[in-house]
Amino acid sequence: MSGSLVRTTFAGAAKGSARSLWRIRLDVLTRYASPVVLVLLWQAACSAGLLSSRLMASPARIVATGWSLTRDGTLQANLTVSLMRAGCGLAIGVFAGVSLGLVSGLSRVGEDIVDAPMQILRTLPTLALVPLFILWFGIGETPKIALVALGASFPIYLNLYKGIRSIDPKLLEMVRTLGLSRGRTIRDVILPGALPDLLVGLRFAVGISWLMLVVAEQINAESGIGHMMMDAEDFLRTDIILLGLVIYGLLGLVSDQVVRFLEGMLLVWRPSHRVVGAR
Amino acid sequence: MNRIVQELREVRLPSRNDAAVIVQGLTRRFGDGPAVLEHLDLAIAPGEFVALLGHSGSGKSTLLRTLAGLDPVIEGSVSRPGEVSVVFQESRLLPWKRVWQNIVLGQAGANGRERAMAVLKEVGLGHRGDAWPLTLSGGEAQRAALARALVREPAFLMLDEPFAALDALTRLKMQRLVSDLWVRHRCSVLLVTHDVDEALLLADRAVVLERGRIRMDLPIPMERPRRHADPRFEHLRTVLLGTLGVHDD
Repeated sequence: MSGSLVRTTFAGAAKGSARSLWRIRLDVLTRYASPVVLVLLWQAACSAGLLSSRLMASPARIVATGWSLTRDGTLQANLTVSLMRAGCGLAIGVFAGVSLGLVSGLSRVGEDIVDAPMQILRTLPTLALVPLFILWFGIGETPKIALVALGASFPIYLNLYKGIRSIDPKLLEMVRTLGLSRGRTIRDVILPGALPDLLVGLRFAVGISWLMLVVAEQINAESGIGHMMMDAEDFLRTDIILLGLVIYGLLGLVSDQVVRFLEGMLLVWRPSHRVVGAR
Repeated sequence: MNRIVQELREVRLPSRNDAAVIVQGLTRRFGDGPAVLEHLDLAIAPGEFVALLGHSGSGKSTLLRTLAGLDPVIEGSVSRPGEVSVVFQESRLLPWKRVWQNIVLGQAGANGRERAMAVLKEVGLGHRGDAWPLTLSGGEAQRAALARALVREPAFLMLDEPFAALDALTRLKMQRLVSDLWVRHRCSVLLVTHDVDEALLLADRAVVLERGRIRMDLPIPMERPRRHADPRFEHLRTVLLGTLGVHDD
């Protein structure tokens, strides 16, 4: 290990960088090799007739279905509806979670009023509220958005509250000696100090939003990715069901990357963060 | 010994009218326990450098926290200038603000950056103004903390074991820096320390605290810069260590 390091140092910059580029490519290859092999095996099994196409569509078939659904606009329409639901729900959930977290994090009275009910409610499995939500809000958009919002608000609340409460008391003491006002202390010390925890909460909230969306869209929905999949079940279209799964997976992946990007941008001051980002 | 100390303080009394910091009859106890500070009297003249020595639990920190306004005055009276600054053992810089922003934190005025950079240059940190605090070394962070204290132009500067967490070489450099800064700014200084040599290098007076009372109030009448080899240095060192219960053989 150290031997190769020394050698690249002495071999000159051009050779060293070519070698490291090659190594990065190899890293990427080995990282994605096993998923690619799995997909190839899957395709081979379908082509050879080992897997019944009624139970499991082949990857090629899923791609073809995806293309045809995109061409006639079905996919875009359903995706837009799903994104709207998740986006609205997440926005409402973040707003509610941040508001409640600030109230109970910044004032003792607020903590007494808000924290106990939140701690009790968070132990409830949110999905168990589905029947109640349908009774309350009917079967339109409201219960779906409300379900996403409720699911997303808890991780936001819990992490923001924890972040505010766990700010280093020594920093708060220091700004007291500097004579910082309460408002400035909140703005310059408490909120930026709680931001890393808030972003952890946001990451959880985004994940939970998709989970809530899946459930909400499979109950009494008339549009959306989940509805598309439920419809496909009636016609034994495993290709469409699998396409829906792929889309849910991609949505989760992309949104996680967005939050990571946000973290990298907002937490530049953390040295550990830059090391992770540099990789 | 106690009687001599008492006399010394009696002599000092007249100058108290123009003292920068006056502590009178300060008593502090937590719960029903013994008093942490017991009827403590202390005066610091303008521009005077006082070192506060004592074992852990002798009340040093409580006295400093009271003077810094972090602990309330419950019994007795404390008078101090309006402009005070504290440097703690840890730099306590906000990690999410750049170094220069930390320096002028809470300071009004448009030219904050220039003022911060000027003070940073004074403590030898002019090149690190735009750095993030978590990228500073221990010595650099303490320099920044000193700059943050100085930019407020304090009449009274409190240093709470500011070099205790630094390595020996960095500590020597920081002691020289504090000495230079004090000569230039001429504020009253209270330095809480465990280090007898540090007190003798820097201070005009060493006050030894024991169980919440002043055990010894020792003037250090040596010109600066001071040298360890000075026989007076040796003598005062023995006296202070003896008071602290450490005996040279």
